[in-house]
Amino acid sequence: MKILVCISNVPDTTTKITFTPDGKEFNTSGVQFVINPYDEYALTRAIELKEAQGGSVTVLNVGEADTEPNIRKALAIGADDAIRVNIKPTDAFLVSQQIAHYAKEGGYDLILMGRESIDYNGFQVHGMVGELMGIPTVAPAIKLEVNGTTATLEREIEGGKEIIDVALPLVASCQQPMAEPRIPNMRGIMTARTKPLKVVEPVGQEAKTSVQHYELPPAKSGVKMIDAENAGELIKLLRNEAKVL
Amino acid sequence: MSVLVVIECANGEVKKSSLEAASYGSKVASTLGTTATAVAIGDVQPGALTGLGAQGISKVLLDNDTRLHNFVGSAYVKVIAKAAAQENSNVIVLSNSNIGAAIGSRLAVQLGASLATNVVALPEISGATFTVRRGVFSGKAFSNVELTADKKIIAVKKNAIEIEEAAGGTATVENFSADLSDADFATAPKETIKQSGDILLTEADLVVSGGRGLKGPENWHLIEDLAKALGAATACSKPVADVGWRPHHEHVGQTGITVSPNLYIAVGISGAIQHLAGVNSSKVIVVINKDPEAPFFKAADYGIVGDAMEVVPKLIEAAKAL
Repeated sequence: MKILVCISNVPDTTTKITFTPDGKEFNTSGVQFVINPYDEYALTRAIELKEAQGGSVTVLNVGEADTEPNIRKALAIGADDAIRVNIKPTDAFLVSQQIAHYAKEGGYDLILMGRESIDYNGFQVHGMVGELMGIPTVAPAIKLEVNGTTATLEREIEGGKEIIDVALPLVASCQQPMAEPRIPNMRGIMTARTKPLKVVEPVGQEAKTSVQHYELPPAKSGVKMIDAENAGELIKLLRNEAKVL
Repeated sequence: MSVLVVIECANGEVKKSSLEAASYGSKVASTLGTTATAVAIGDVQPGALTGLGAQGISKVLLDNDTRLHNFVGSAYVKVIAKAAAQENSNVIVLSNSNIGAAIGSRLAVQLGASLATNVVALPEISGATFTVRRGVFSGKAFSNVELTADKKIIAVKKNAIEIEEAAGGTATVENFSADLSDADFATAPKETIKQSGDILLTEADLVVSGGRGLKGPENWHLIEDLAKALGAATACSKPVADVGWRPHHEHVGQTGITVSPNLYIAVGISGAIQHLAGVNSSKVIVVINKDPEAPFFKAADYGIVGDAMEVVPKLIEAAKAL
């Protein structure tokens, strides 16, 4: 089984978000970048499937050279090889075209990714890739088993879940509790250095959106404290002052 | 040209998030000088759809193929694509739900459309430029994005737009069929497991959420009782889901569910930046924590410093007395 896992390079979850003074760019100074946490669920599940059933795991990242430390980290966690498509991922359709092209070229059985990146929060790429490739997408997937040429997935729906059998190949966008992310061990880190990382050029640069500027949400005006002894007072304030009850 | 709104239905009713999408769509339509039509899919009767008139919708297309009662991506996309073609729609409005994301992303490729998800405000339309504001960085910021393609698909975030309460016109319901074949249902679920009777977290106006300050699953009834007294949904922090006190689908935060209710009550949650990301678009935030230095107080509108075991029963009592 050949598995492709798409990973994004995103600011660490503890990052305080700021922008350049003109509001046009995310301010990356002093920011540590990590593998998108949702993508780690996809990556770990892919490695588990490979360990159980054989095959290979390729990671793909659409990004410029500064993403390579996190691609190496994915290799250290257990992927076999990597592809980096050398273009800044500024638009979901732009990214999806790259993934669809290289996924078709590689003939993968499973294309896994996180449900969304924690920076752009699009939750779009899974469906766009599926549509561009003409194959089914399951999103968001919380469980994935493969039996021969068919996968059984659990898909989260509002208020429950569905169990679906789908013939391979397919695209799945993953979220917890898909798998427990792993920390790379020393042997993984050593072998990752020599695993193949192929840099390829983008195929088409068409984008459908263009970010004009970023803004931070307005700061809260301050918290009104209520004495614990009179906690019931809170309910009255929520009804009469905040008018939310 | 027209605006098409996708209406999600469940248990015979229109989902609240779809009423919001309808209100959004008809406001966009009036800015563009056109009308908004809705297409309804799912388990619903025509009578439940006429009320969409209050949101400014004049006509609702209803495909009542019972195979559509469960979500099947390829079939849903086909229905909406056909409705969009019939109505000559250049703007399609969806809810920012799992269904909305699944439909919107495939439809965007089929139609060559620009897609914006997680949209929190009405668009700025000036001449040919069409810009929407959407939540990014997991709720820590907004980005103003121009949708550059001729066709635009917008997925509206829950609670980002007011529903019109005034009794407006009545929408007419027209039967509509996309002539679906069995092949369109190839990825139909073989089984659907629904949670029993709870208020849907993603649809809830009021949310009561608990963290490790509850000390153990044996105290979880405090969260449930307060939620019941208020008519709220329950949620939890990531550590609580990770240790298995509560299921993962209740975990609110950066890698869990993002909620934007009118009221979010956090009990025994310190307010790590990852948790705040999932809740900070809530209208009113209440924080109850025994640590006066808990970072969550800085993001709160109302706060109580105290032990959950002592404070929550008082709140339950006061809520029951409302």
